[in-house]
Amino acid sequence: MNKWEDNKAWFMVIPVFLVVAVSAIIPLMTVVNYSLQDIFGPGQRVYVGLEWYKKALTDSRLHDALSRQLLFSSLVLLIEIPLGIMIALMMPKKGWGASLSLVLVALPLLIPWNVIGTIWIIFMRPDIGLLGAAINNMGIPFDHTAAPFDAWVTVMMMEVWHWTPLVVLLAYAGLQAIPEAYFQAARIDGASAWATFRYIQLPKMRGVLTIAVLLRFMDSFLIYAEPFVLTGGGPGNSTTFLSIYLVKLAVGQFDLGPAAAFSMIYFLIVLLFCWLFYQVLLKVGTGDKS
Amino acid sequence: MARIDLNNLAHSYLAKPKSDADYALRKTDHVWEDGRAYALLGPSGCGKTTLLNIISGLLQPSEGKVLFDGKDVSALPPQERNIAQVFQFPVIYDTMSVFDNLAFPLRNRKIPPAEVQTRVKEVAEMLELVDVLDKRAANLSADAKQKISLGRGLVRSDVAAILFDEPLTVIDPHLKLMLRRKLKQIHARFKLTMVYVTHDQLEALTFADQVVVMNEGRVLQIGTPQDLFENPQHTFVGYFIGSPGMNFLPCTMQNGSACLGEIRIPIGKETEQLQGNFELGIRPEFLVLHNNPLPETYKVTVKEIEDLGNCQIVRVQLAEHTLKVKVPEGQEVPAEYGFLEFPPEWIRLYADGNLIERGVQKQPQLEPVQ
Repeated sequence: MNKWEDNKAWFMVIPVFLVVAVSAIIPLMTVVNYSLQDIFGPGQRVYVGLEWYKKALTDSRLHDALSRQLLFSSLVLLIEIPLGIMIALMMPKKGWGASLSLVLVALPLLIPWNVIGTIWIIFMRPDIGLLGAAINNMGIPFDHTAAPFDAWVTVMMMEVWHWTPLVVLLAYAGLQAIPEAYFQAARIDGASAWATFRYIQLPKMRGVLTIAVLLRFMDSFLIYAEPFVLTGGGPGNSTTFLSIYLVKLAVGQFDLGPAAAFSMIYFLIVLLFCWLFYQVLLKVGTGDKS
Repeated sequence: MARIDLNNLAHSYLAKPKSDADYALRKTDHVWEDGRAYALLGPSGCGKTTLLNIISGLLQPSEGKVLFDGKDVSALPPQERNIAQVFQFPVIYDTMSVFDNLAFPLRNRKIPPAEVQTRVKEVAEMLELVDVLDKRAANLSADAKQKISLGRGLVRSDVAAILFDEPLTVIDPHLKLMLRRKLKQIHARFKLTMVYVTHDQLEALTFADQVVVMNEGRVLQIGTPQDLFENPQHTFVGYFIGSPGMNFLPCTMQNGSACLGEIRIPIGKETEQLQGNFELGIRPEFLVLHNNPLPETYKVTVKEIEDLGNCQIVRVQLAEHTLKVKVPEGQEVPAEYGFLEFPPEWIRLYADGNLIERGVQKQPQLEPVQ
């Protein structure tokens, strides 16, 4: 068999390669290209090397946005994962109750993201919002458009309300897949509810929880639409997350070069964190100490 | 260790069972003696797992009571019944080592660590798990996992009975034999009451002192393997036990003879008073196929010969009925026509599926096979 025949398989890969090229590689390389140039207008560009990267890395507003982002994503994981597992544990396992609770839980996931922002704007309004007005009527001043802390509380509540259902669905699927015999054996072994959770349910949910953590981390790290609609990044810059800052830079100021450099850094950060999470989660609970 | 009484036990998965067919387990009333090995044998869906789960407490029976040593435990949860159960698929705690797996039931019961240590060591030695005690249970083979689930039952000193729910299903054939022998050893050593659910008759017959044959939610017969073979109380038992199963021929009784159309097979004087429709049952092993006509033989057409190596299964036709005859290896089977003998002492009569006691002198009973 000659070398030509050996390499015939490459032809089979061409369709996939084309799709990936159009959907990912070409746009990404365009961004890389932009990030190395100063762009004044169509046809007017100057190569500036790593200038924009240096600028981005020393930009204090980017640092602030990044720490805000990290705090936000950590809070999201810390609240949504345990809460999602708890809700999944409490849901009925079979019968009409199971179907009903699944539909109810999944509802927030079906709503368009910008609509969610709108819903929460109205819901939290200090004058007429159901919750906003209620809190104010209890004597606690609350206004997410004025106080940074209130804005954070609102964004967090919205995020938890919107995305915990995803964790619930994943955890629920993981729980449903555990054979009944495990629970029967645990009962016979006299295991407490906590021991059953710790030694059966949690280890058996490992796979789906890994996915849940990764998805929730990535999505929350890339969050844009909901806080953009709800707070627009304010008050001040208090809810200006990375993507909001990026869009302000690219669209608001039309600084394509710095925005592209920023995008690349942003992309690498997400990639790095996901890789770290994945490595850690692969080993958690397998007793593999290497 | 305990004697298990089933008092008028019945179970239905429906809230309001209407007819007998709604019951997964129909009214059952039995005593299972302390320290013996019982096998629940029956086809899939016959209610054997239901019965097992009622004994272990995983299921609350809809009717009747379960007594352990005379004490009513029907309302007790499984952890208070001192029952161990081994499931079809090995259940192990993935994240724990083998040692922790075995220690789990003891630690849950707040047994002091020193005692946990000695008990686990003891059981590990018996099950040949000493070498893997520090290994993670998740990485072991299916038979080792199954030994661990068995071990979790054995570590408890107070265990009353061990229940097995088809424990060898996922084990490789050559390991099955070893594991089965291990079970027998453990039974001999601890004299625990053991209940073993299976649909494999070989497994049931080799494991148990007493085999409980079930079908459609009913216990049809409890007996030694020999009993089940020689005196099936029900046509289902005759058909289910043995390979191939019992032959059944619909017949009418007249003056102590079974009439199959023109053919009359004399059975015995004591059946003279029987009238009406019956089924004649006889095991393939007890039929005798002759090459030449003898008195009390019936001409049959030889349809098919299946040579199993240690015996031959011959399908013969008698009038419109097909029968299977087990012929010893080496005996020449006639090619076209043979003459079938029905030894009267091995003929059993059934009405509506149930054995008719007819006072024929039974074969001298041997001691039950241990």
